[in-house]
Amino acid sequence: MSVLVYTESEKGTFKKVALEVASYAKTVADQMGTTVTAVTFNADDTAILGDYGVDKVLKVNDQKLETFNANAYASAIAQAAKQEGTKVIVVSSSADSKYLAPLLAIDLDAGYASNVVEAPSSTSPFTVKRTAFTNKAFNMTAINTDVKVVGVSKNAFGLKENSGSATAEDFSPSVPELGVKVESVDKVTGQVTIADAEIVVSGGRGLKGPENWGMIEELADVLGAATACSKPVSDLGWRPHGEHVGQTGKPVAANLYIAIGISGAIQHLAGINASKVKVVINTDPEAPFFKAADYGIVGDAFEVVPKLIEKLKAFKAQQ
Amino acid sequence: MKILVCISHVPDTTSKINFTEGDTKFDTNGVQYVINPNDEFGLTRAMWFKEKQGASVDVINVGGPETEPTLRKALAIGADGAIRVNTPATDGFAVAQQLAKVVQDGGYDLVIAGRESIDYNGGMVPGMLAGLIKANFVTNCISLEVDGTNAKAVREIDGGKETVSTSLPLVIGGQKGLVEESDLRIPNMRGIMMARKKPLTVVEPIDANTETASVKFEKPAPKGAIKLIDPDNVEELVNLLHNEAKVI
Repeated sequence: MSVLVYTESEKGTFKKVALEVASYAKTVADQMGTTVTAVTFNADDTAILGDYGVDKVLKVNDQKLETFNANAYASAIAQAAKQEGTKVIVVSSSADSKYLAPLLAIDLDAGYASNVVEAPSSTSPFTVKRTAFTNKAFNMTAINTDVKVVGVSKNAFGLKENSGSATAEDFSPSVPELGVKVESVDKVTGQVTIADAEIVVSGGRGLKGPENWGMIEELADVLGAATACSKPVSDLGWRPHGEHVGQTGKPVAANLYIAIGISGAIQHLAGINASKVKVVINTDPEAPFFKAADYGIVGDAFEVVPKLIEKLKAFKAQQ
Repeated sequence: MKILVCISHVPDTTSKINFTEGDTKFDTNGVQYVINPNDEFGLTRAMWFKEKQGASVDVINVGGPETEPTLRKALAIGADGAIRVNTPATDGFAVAQQLAKVVQDGGYDLVIAGRESIDYNGGMVPGMLAGLIKANFVTNCISLEVDGTNAKAVREIDGGKETVSTSLPLVIGGQKGLVEESDLRIPNMRGIMMARKKPLTVVEPIDANTETASVKFEKPAPKGAIKLIDPDNVEELVNLLHNEAKVI
């Protein structure tokens, strides 16, 4: 009966989204009067999950599951759900979770709602609020199946600490034959990724050329932020496609989004709207971004940004 | 190789989003519809397979007659034939079931859909379809090569990319990167004329159940006014972000 949550880890360490979905699962479990069971893959130390409301951990340790595989992970989670008699399974909105969730839903004959931003407004009928129209609206969605899969948006529900402890037991699901095999993973290391970042610093065409990105990187460095860019910038090849944020690029749901030299086309704003606080720096006071942001500076980025870096360094030094 | 490209009929990316009937229905008034951008990248990649590897390419939409102009546009871009399953797209699972039937009856080897539509953003259909027909599945796909029945794909992951090997039958959730923005094709007059003669087959739906239901829509709360900071006083921005917004 317990609520099941897939808690993602990397090299044995739980990601922030794992703790966020655990917090969400705890809230749903309280609403339903039940407990929370987490499924982990190749993570040894699972004690931290207890701090976010997990009662029991099913630990999968299998060499064959060393690298994420959507089918195999979905199958393992489905087996755990069947063993536990689970009615609600909670996953995140990471690239991996969004990959496995529809496969999991089919495996369990479960209805699936993605991009959920709040705890269920009702558990019968099971109704959740999710973003739609690329953050331009919300949609209340009822999941009418016996088993439900809920995909929680990043940074929407937040972390909720809980003074509990989680018991752990080994879980050995059968692993299906893998139809998709990972050949290689090319991952930037030592840099904050847009998916994990609390703060994102983003540059647009107003920066005039790729040679001017030094100050964007420096600002991001001071803030411990990820760097991003607008669509024209990636189309022009100034920055890699992986940095493109917006409707057809990556979605951003950061605590702080700083847009420099970005006018704020509706497609761009849609992609970054889920961010909590938005700052715009642009020479053009008529730029649409000024209508979407919380704080703004009308000014030349080439003058403002270096000053901002200097002031932030002074601020950080005091902390 | 027989390719089926799934085409969502979605409001243009610049559309104003409004709702009617007590906020239960999307207000289509004055809205221009386009091929879902993620699907268009997939369609363009399918054209490459057609031109370089002799693949046949059909496009499909599950929806009412109002979606036919969008399918005609896909034909004008170069698809060989179009299929419309004559039923409203009620939820991701219902759509996936309709597609599964067409894919199995038509013997398609490769199905290319977008990673998600830009209206409902469910990201459900390609994965559910793959699950239903027990095909291999790669989503957030930014590169795809097919050689015989073997395929090599690149998937965008958080913070990088992953290269995978797999085989047909295969379902792809595509996005930008599958082809570049500059590779997208605007239908020319010849394409538009030819599209009129290409088959657009309307098939009746199978019985399919839904698992989810849209109850109501809400628009985000209006935003408060922006606070403007003097460019000569950037320290004020640092103070506000720390003391007021509490984000640094």
